[in-house]
Amino acid sequence: MTDQPRKIAFICSKGDLDMAYPALIMGWAALGNGIDVTMFFTFWGLDLVTKKRVDRLEIAPVANTSFKMSMMGLPTGNLGIPNIMGIIPGMTAFATWFMKMKMKALDVPPVREYLEMLSDGGAKMYGCKMTVDMFGIKKEDFLPCIESVVTAGDFMDMTEGAQIVFI
Amino acid sequence: MLAELTAIAFNEEGFMTDPNEWTKEIAEVLAQQEAIETLTAEHWKIIDFCRQTGLASGNAPTLRQISAGTGISTKELFALYPKGPAKKVAKIAGLGKPEGCV
Repeated sequence: MTDQPRKIAFICSKGDLDMAYPALIMGWAALGNGIDVTMFFTFWGLDLVTKKRVDRLEIAPVANTSFKMSMMGLPTGNLGIPNIMGIIPGMTAFATWFMKMKMKALDVPPVREYLEMLSDGGAKMYGCKMTVDMFGIKKEDFLPCIESVVTAGDFMDMTEGAQIVFI
Repeated sequence: MLAELTAIAFNEEGFMTDPNEWTKEIAEVLAQQEAIETLTAEHWKIIDFCRQTGLASGNAPTLRQISAGTGISTKELFALYPKGPAKKVAKIAGLGKPEGCV
C-alpha cells in the first residue's frame, strides 16, 4: 500500500452490447475496492452514454467466432452460428434479446442503470472531443453521467499515475 | 479499545472468520479502524441489514443488494462508507468479503 490512492482509467471505444460491459463491471469492482475511476468514451463507445443509443445497444452474431449454438443450451459443442444465418433479418435482435435475458438472470443491471450506479459511486466520465465534433453530438444528447467533453490531451493530464484499460 | 479484538480471529484480509463472535462493541472498534469515527443510525441500518441477510445466506450482500434492501441510494452508501461500501460494511459487520461482481 502506498500513500497515493490507486487510480484506474477506462477508454471505451466500442458500442456493441457485449463490449459495453467490461468497463462497467471492472469500474464497479474498482469503486468497490476504493479505487478512483475515470472513464473516457470515444468513437463508437459514445453510444453507451448517448440518450438515444444506450437502450438500443446490440450484439451481432455475424463474424463473431465466439458465438456458439451451445450458448443457448443446445448440445452442439463447438458448432457456431453460420454467418449465412447471422445475416437473416432478426438475428441481431435475437442475439441481443438473448444476451439481455442472460444478463438479467444474473441480476446484472442494464447499461443505463449501471452507468448511473458508477456515477453515483464517484466515477468520472468524459466524452471524446474529436468524436463529438465528428459525429455532431451535442452536450444535451449525453446522459447526465457525462461531466464534460475533453480532448485526448486533457484525458492524459487527468489520468496521470492511473492504470489505463483500453476496450 | 483494542482489548475487545484480541480474542477475535481475523483472516489475512482483515475479515472476521466467525460472524458469531461479533458484537456491537466490536463493530464500533472495527469502524474506527476503517476511519469511520462514529456509527450513526444510518450506518447501523446498513449493518443490521447486512448481518441479517449475511447470516441467513452465508454471504455478505453486494452493494446493489444493500441498496435494494435498505432503500439507501448508491450515492449515500458511498458517503456513509467511503471507498468501497460493501466491503467496509462486511468487515464492520463481522461477515466475510462480499462475492459477486455487481
